[in-house]
Amino acid sequence: MIRNSASQMAAKLASGETTSVALTQAHLDQIKAVDDKVHAFLFVDKKGALEQAAQVDAKRAKGEKLLPLAGVPLALKDVLAQKNKPTTCGSKILEGWLPPYDSTVVANLKKNDIIILGKTNMDEFAMGSSTENSAYGPTHNPWDLSRIPGGSGGGSSAALASFEAPLAIGTDTGGSIRQPAAVTGTVGVKPTYGGVSRYGLVAFSSSLDQAGPCARTVLDTALLHEAIAGYDPKDATSINAPIPQVVKAAKEANVKGMKIGVVKELNGDGYQPGVRARFEEALELLAKAGAEIVEVSAPNFEYALAAYYLIAPSEASSNLARFDAMRYGLRVGDIDGASAESVMNLTREVGFGKEVKRRIILGTYALSSGYYDAYYGSAQKVRTLITQDFTQAFTKADVLVSPTCPTTAFKIGEKANDPLAMYLNDIATIPVNMAGIGGMSLPAGLADEDGLPVGFQIMSPVMKDERMYSVGGALEAALLSKWGAPLLDRAPKLEASK
Amino acid sequence: MSLTYDDVVAKYEPVLGLEVHVELNTESKMFCGCATVFGAEPNTQTCPVCLALPGALPVVNEKAIESTIKIGLALNCSIAPFSRFARKNYFYPDMPKNFQISQYDEPICVDGYVDVEIETDEGPKKFRIEVERVHMEEDTGKSLHVGGATGRIHGAEYSLLDYNRAGIPLVEIVTKIVPGTGKYAPEVAKAYVAELRDILRSLGVSDVKMEQGSLRCDANVSLRLIGAETLGTRSETKNVNSLRSVERAVRGEMIRHAELLNAGGRVVQETRHFQEESGLTRSGRSKEQAEDYRYFPEPDLVPVEPDAAWIEKLRAGLPERPSIRRKRLQEAWAVPEKEMAAMINADVLDIVEETVLLGADPTKARSWWLGEISRIANDKDIAIADLAITPKDVAEIVALVNAGELTDKLARQVVEGVIAGEGKPSEVVAKRGIKVVNDDGALMAAIEKVCAEQAETAEKVRAGHIPAAGALIGAVMKETKGQADAARVRELLLGHLGQ
Repeated sequence: MIRNSASQMAAKLASGETTSVALTQAHLDQIKAVDDKVHAFLFVDKKGALEQAAQVDAKRAKGEKLLPLAGVPLALKDVLAQKNKPTTCGSKILEGWLPPYDSTVVANLKKNDIIILGKTNMDEFAMGSSTENSAYGPTHNPWDLSRIPGGSGGGSSAALASFEAPLAIGTDTGGSIRQPAAVTGTVGVKPTYGGVSRYGLVAFSSSLDQAGPCARTVLDTALLHEAIAGYDPKDATSINAPIPQVVKAAKEANVKGMKIGVVKELNGDGYQPGVRARFEEALELLAKAGAEIVEVSAPNFEYALAAYYLIAPSEASSNLARFDAMRYGLRVGDIDGASAESVMNLTREVGFGKEVKRRIILGTYALSSGYYDAYYGSAQKVRTLITQDFTQAFTKADVLVSPTCPTTAFKIGEKANDPLAMYLNDIATIPVNMAGIGGMSLPAGLADEDGLPVGFQIMSPVMKDERMYSVGGALEAALLSKWGAPLLDRAPKLEASK
Repeated sequence: MSLTYDDVVAKYEPVLGLEVHVELNTESKMFCGCATVFGAEPNTQTCPVCLALPGALPVVNEKAIESTIKIGLALNCSIAPFSRFARKNYFYPDMPKNFQISQYDEPICVDGYVDVEIETDEGPKKFRIEVERVHMEEDTGKSLHVGGATGRIHGAEYSLLDYNRAGIPLVEIVTKIVPGTGKYAPEVAKAYVAELRDILRSLGVSDVKMEQGSLRCDANVSLRLIGAETLGTRSETKNVNSLRSVERAVRGEMIRHAELLNAGGRVVQETRHFQEESGLTRSGRSKEQAEDYRYFPEPDLVPVEPDAAWIEKLRAGLPERPSIRRKRLQEAWAVPEKEMAAMINADVLDIVEETVLLGADPTKARSWWLGEISRIANDKDIAIADLAITPKDVAEIVALVNAGELTDKLARQVVEGVIAGEGKPSEVVAKRGIKVVNDDGALMAAIEKVCAEQAETAEKVRAGHIPAAGALIGAVMKETKGQADAARVRELLLGHLGQ
């Protein structure tokens, strides 16, 4: 049952073939069986999940009208506040903190009666592409436990790929939903910036962060997308417009007459041959399904990575200032006679990991007087140019496509001491965040050279998120008929621990 | 070698710069829905947003924007069609986010002015104070540093933090440099803050209580030799909590700077704290090494782009400028300057005007509010506005007196009754059975009785010694329990005694 899609589970719940309690228990059992190997979860809320499941079953028994995903379990990235549940952001500095409030995403999940199984591992404060920067140890890729599951949301993608959960929430600042989806053979969507409320999403880079849905199929992702999206007056950057009709688009999966633009700059040199091969095949399938493939150019994308690594750390240096030991979280050095300043310093020294400190220092420097114009100011100009590149490209194509990442999953530890190599992994995903548009990654197959999943990225204009679901749905269907079974069926089976 | 003020202004020209912080009186905070009641239990008016819990986001209070635009318009500013909030980054325990959301290089209102008039040796003189900008920001929490000698964080045994104030909307009004005030600099500074306070009060956007900190002034002062072009080094004096202190702080700083300069020293650019008791300032933190606040546009908020039609609507709704209104009322009511000042100080101008608009004679209206009613408010130690008597009540009482249905003395009883909650004036009159005895027959009976009792005095009056009538009138009034109209009594009495 746990290998079903969320939609299949929802159908079984609706028909009475199973209950939410049984379904939740099955996933808790799977977590118990495999998570000591995968380490997708930082916190498993066994009691809370079962209680919530029982409530949903009771509602269903009473004949209440329930929403489509009611009773289906989900894994929540540990960067979203959930009332009275540990929320660490993968950092020591928030160890033990229990939020007194629900993020809007969590409130929406509860409103949809989606069962929250627990909190998933992540790079500390979502800074990283491998989940190795978690203060609580790395997560392992279910396809090959010696490899990374992507990051920052490696816990969520690994939970999906190891059948610990059929649905997951991620957040994406530079690719943290899409790159983990790509390297684990799952689906992940970064909605249009402002499409899903950021209220209660612990900020890394406010102008880039966006929560989004993750699942094993395009339709499941769409269902979750509609469940969590929508205008929120508590988030000033939230878009006050109807939610794009992504479920309808995913179901219709129609690309006939659509123009699909291949971004010239996001391919070629630096992309692994197996990645390029799967990408080209996917294009052929889409063409066969009736889409027109065109080439577009985005000349300023080559500056995206550099600009991103000025903007994101700048905002982070300010966003992370609140972790000062005064009101919540870790407090170090609070001995008699210690000053507030020394407690703040010690707490931040002990509480933050290396990558977080690196970015705080980088951001502080980029915002300093005398350097602001050269760094933060120039980066913002680049951002405008990237947005213009997209606007231009979208006059030629309805959606844009590229490989999600240049490579398949690398080995744990392989790039840990080379931050620049690590940053390069996000080269194709970052422009989407810079422009605030939508982006999806879905599995395109396995690379021939290493047998690991390859991600296919679809990008859609602001609030036209339904377009990536049309394309994603069509590609998924074409690939499935080619493969005869879901890609994840080819992943090695995880041995349950004794 | 203490200098006199005259010595200072004979040699130096002061240049002022004034920064006024105003707490808006919105019901909720700048970026969250928390209440803003002054004096509430510590940390009871807080939420995830103003405590900067992880994940919480600010949302701009539209009412605060409206108030700020009104202020800008009242100060003759242009309203920016596009302005933004920025983050001002620095660490301090009373600032939950460790950055303050403020406006930086894109403020909402720019380029205004305020005209003030002060008395000079050559009579009244007008000074124009140019306003550089009006911008919005949020207040910090309050820290109380316990133990230690200075009451500051350094050396304190422990500190208590109250975040109720964190996030209260603040508007900062910054002047351009103000040269050319010469020896009147202290008075001009005071007059500016007073005018600003009156304007803000008339707009209804702030409580403008300097003693509670809802209006705070930082006074920048520098000196240059008379005729010099370049500006001297300035000091910035904070903690100036009354209009009088504004004047004293500027004067004190002028003298301190001059003494330093005359002795060949130099003024240090720094923040100074005004000491209410001594009128002097003490050194705060030095600004020689300017702190780097790493300002950048606040990414959690969208730009403020007020609609032009909305701005025009707010402009059309602006109240009359207080200084103009004051002059108009003073002329219309023919009130001497001193009385006018008394009304302003007692904060009864609005109430008196309302009473007059309801038909009361200005002099009567003024004397009721400033006299009897103020006295009762004082006795009860509450604000006049909080007494249970309205301009309508007072207008009614004045009308009753005019109609001869009440004497002044009786009217005071009615005022008392209304304040005591006994109802409208007519109800108090009815309940207490207050009425003027204007039945001539009853009055004559009392007059005859009194004249018989005080025959000797009556004789004196009859003989033409009119002043003696006073005692008789008093006795008649007593006889009628104060309910008679004294003028009528006098008329009847004199007639009775052949005068």
